[in-house]
Amino acid sequence: MNLATRDIRYNFGRFVFTTIGIGLLLMIVMGMGGIYRGLIHEAILLVDRVGADLWVVQGNTRGPFAEISRIPGNLENRVRSVQGVAGARRFVSHTIQREQSGKALRIVVEGLAWPEDRGDWVPLLSGRSLRQAHYEMIADVSLNLALGEKITLGKDRYEVVGLTSGMVGTSGDGLAFFTVSDALAIQFDVPGEAVRLERAARRARVENSELGRLQPLLLDRAVGSARGIPALPAPLVSAVLVTLQPGADVSAVRATLGTWPDVTVYSTKEQKDMLLDGMVDKARRQIGLFRVLLIFISTIIIALIIYTLTLDKIRDIALLKLIGARNRVIGGLILQQSLFMGAFGYGLAWFLGQFLFPQFPRLVLIVREDLISLGFIVLAISTLASMLGIWKAMSVEPNTVLSA
Amino acid sequence: MTVPAVEVEHLRKVYGSGHTEVVAIRDASVTIARGEIVGMFGPSGSGKSTILTAMALINPPTSEKVMIGGELVLDGPKALVDLRAFRRQHLGFVFQKANLIPFLTALENVQIALEVNDTAPKAARKRAMELLDYLGVGVRANNLPVALSGGEQQRVAVARALANDPSLILADEPTAALDSQRGRQVMELFAKVAHERNAGVLVVTHDHRTLDVFDRIVDVEDGMIREREIAASEQ
Repeated sequence: MNLATRDIRYNFGRFVFTTIGIGLLLMIVMGMGGIYRGLIHEAILLVDRVGADLWVVQGNTRGPFAEISRIPGNLENRVRSVQGVAGARRFVSHTIQREQSGKALRIVVEGLAWPEDRGDWVPLLSGRSLRQAHYEMIADVSLNLALGEKITLGKDRYEVVGLTSGMVGTSGDGLAFFTVSDALAIQFDVPGEAVRLERAARRARVENSELGRLQPLLLDRAVGSARGIPALPAPLVSAVLVTLQPGADVSAVRATLGTWPDVTVYSTKEQKDMLLDGMVDKARRQIGLFRVLLIFISTIIIALIIYTLTLDKIRDIALLKLIGARNRVIGGLILQQSLFMGAFGYGLAWFLGQFLFPQFPRLVLIVREDLISLGFIVLAISTLASMLGIWKAMSVEPNTVLSA
Repeated sequence: MTVPAVEVEHLRKVYGSGHTEVVAIRDASVTIARGEIVGMFGPSGSGKSTILTAMALINPPTSEKVMIGGELVLDGPKALVDLRAFRRQHLGFVFQKANLIPFLTALENVQIALEVNDTAPKAARKRAMELLDYLGVGVRANNLPVALSGGEQQRVAVARALANDPSLILADEPTAALDSQRGRQVMELFAKVAHERNAGVLVVTHDHRTLDVFDRIVDVEDGMIREREIAASEQ
């Protein structure tokens, strides 16, 4: 006869409410694990999807995600000349915040090297990839932009031509893919008045210089577009993405690029490690510690619940001892109740998580390994928690039944 | 000569020591034969329950011996057998309150006593049902204790006490919570069990209305047991 199931049947309402409480607690533990996994997933998502073998960034920096990297856009031509390189693409990445429909809209702007890269690798839910050099964008659904919707960024309006999902940056903000030139236009956009003032200042500097006095035609150039002034630097990009030829020797290409003093080269794995060790590490440790704390609290709560349930049955336990029940019968009653509570709580946590976690603003990624490990943790804490109740039961004297 | 169900001689029980010492049993000797029902009377605090719990192997005496079924079980506070195993094989208990496990049905309350004594579940269920029928509460077998009357609960408790065919049944004021009619029914039940099932039965009680049920009566006073002569009118 299983005493645990009969006691549960008798006190069904109490068991259900207690299990719901434990289930909610375990759901938080499960969710914390999912947030941690989601953090890692989002951090390395773009590095994984963009499909580069090597990342060329500003010398002595750990860009473009861990810190700012600025390299000239024409560096891609230099990289293409290296033996073993199949292709090189400019890459721009920066975050902007604008207002859309009265709400703050944070976008991680990613620049694709048009025309080589039109975003064909981006998994689309609807729409298409980029088909023209300007004014088109592919947006993640988390940005809440509709297909065909037009938004103003800087001085230009961009149309959403494709929608993707699950593409977010390390901070959880949705990605939007533009051509590199559009991404730079968005990044370096300054108000018209600032442009006019800069041009006037430029003209004044030229007028006051000997070169300006000797070549008056330069004054017309000075008030023109910056792009038309050879002395001004070319637009800067965040990185150049390198794709190697099949069978190419990675270390040889790295060695060649490594001799260039103005850049630093990272493999995809190194980029991921930098993201995880640098940007995500503290958040990861914080969540990890919080999770440990929650598991500890869960153990204490389950132990107290089991202890209270044991106290409620103390006379029944004394009676069982009096009629000669062995310790394993009594211990089994308490341990099984604890395990039932843990198991049902775990199942409830999983069930509720299926509906609640997708509603969270950031990705909560529940993976099989975490479910299995949490299952073992619940098994361990349920067993551990029952010890207090079992200890109490073992210390009860059979004559307690006579004392009431 | 038949072996007595229980035999205690010159039993002594002392609580505390030094100036806090309290002598609960001074010198108690009693023998109960199998098939005999003995009533134990005495005022509150006289030591009745202490003698009963010593015989029940849950409150060992300070000195002298307890023999059950001819086997020396307690030598003073020292246990000579596994007391819990001995209790489940040889003793049955009934209390003032039925003390049924609330989350088990009447049938399961009897069945559990058999299962803890290693009876297979199916056989335990059959035997439990037979006992409930024998005590007239078979129709309530699947009811939880909360749905039973006080008398029915006490019958189930008696069935549980009988489950393992014990040589000794110890009852501590089993009719205190019952009205006179039901109290008498329970006492007659104990007599029936003692005579038909050849068990020794010791009933601690204050209820003088059921004196006629007992084969013998002992009085406990100041920790000592005295045999009482039963008048013919009481028999």
